[in-house]
Amino acid sequence: MNSWLAIVLGSIAVFSWKFLGYLLPARLLESRMLSKLAGFLTIALLSGLVGVQTFSGNGQLEFDARIPALLVAALLLRLKSPFIVIVIVAGATAALLRLAF
Amino acid sequence: MSIGKGSVASVSVSVGLATGIYGISFGALSVTAGFDIWQTMALSILMFSGGSQFAFVAVFATGGVSALPAAITSAWLVGIRNGFYALTLAPRIGPKGLMKVLAAQLTIDESTAVSASREIESEKRKGFWLTGLSVFVFWNLATVFGALLGGFLSDPKVFGLDAAAAAALFALVWPRIQQSTGALIAAVSIIGSTLLSLVLPSGFPVLVAAGFAVALGFWLERSKNE
Repeated sequence: MNSWLAIVLGSIAVFSWKFLGYLLPARLLESRMLSKLAGFLTIALLSGLVGVQTFSGNGQLEFDARIPALLVAALLLRLKSPFIVIVIVAGATAALLRLAF
Repeated sequence: MSIGKGSVASVSVSVGLATGIYGISFGALSVTAGFDIWQTMALSILMFSGGSQFAFVAVFATGGVSALPAAITSAWLVGIRNGFYALTLAPRIGPKGLMKVLAAQLTIDESTAVSASREIESEKRKGFWLTGLSVFVFWNLATVFGALLGGFLSDPKVFGLDAAAAAALFALVWPRIQQSTGALIAAVSIIGSTLLSLVLPSGFPVLVAAGFAVALGFWLERSKNE
């Protein structure tokens, strides 16, 4: 598949939920099952990406500077730091550790 | 996100600025993942949903072109919550005709949150539109800036961009895992996708692990209620 096609298809797919919500009756909100599914899916997919992004590389497990960087990010999240600060400090932590070792 | 007090216009614009600025990290990550600057801009304009965009780019970064179907699926499933926002917003905003398309595109975490935080009906409407539009403008400007910055870095490991990507995804999920079921789903999904990445092609470890974690979440809630 070509990247442009994927971008367009992915965008249509994401838009489909947004648009569907304006067409469907609001009583669907009363379904606890559906709203739970939406919440759970968001958590599960983003966390799954955190796992792959932190611990794997080239099809194998890699334990490197990304792990301490993620721990620093967790600490900053506890301290309620702004998003952009967390992203920059985590990147800098990994970069500095790689320079040092 | 904390939504400060103040006039609906000032709250909307400050939320737009604060959120929009992290489009810089999206732009940089998208370019280092292998998309060009135009594709990166197209994602921010057309897909316009932070979680879905980060998911799309992260899956592409691990598997390249062969992972694109999995990238689409991940972005789509991460975006399901926007459908619920739209359901709650529809009676308040009540867009007609083409405005429905525009309202749908601007239906994201922040515009929904600002709208929900206002007491007066007209401010709920105004908060939605102003926040949606200001996030859209700042997010897209920041994306261009980030993509230009990312263009100077050939390898994602330079400046720890790979760690920054992990931290960005983690920060997006953090506010949602402050209760036990959410935290457990997150933990299972992190461990599951990491282990599955040893055996499955790129993109699929996340989808399979997430499916399992969601099923486990439902099972747990059911046994709690019994």
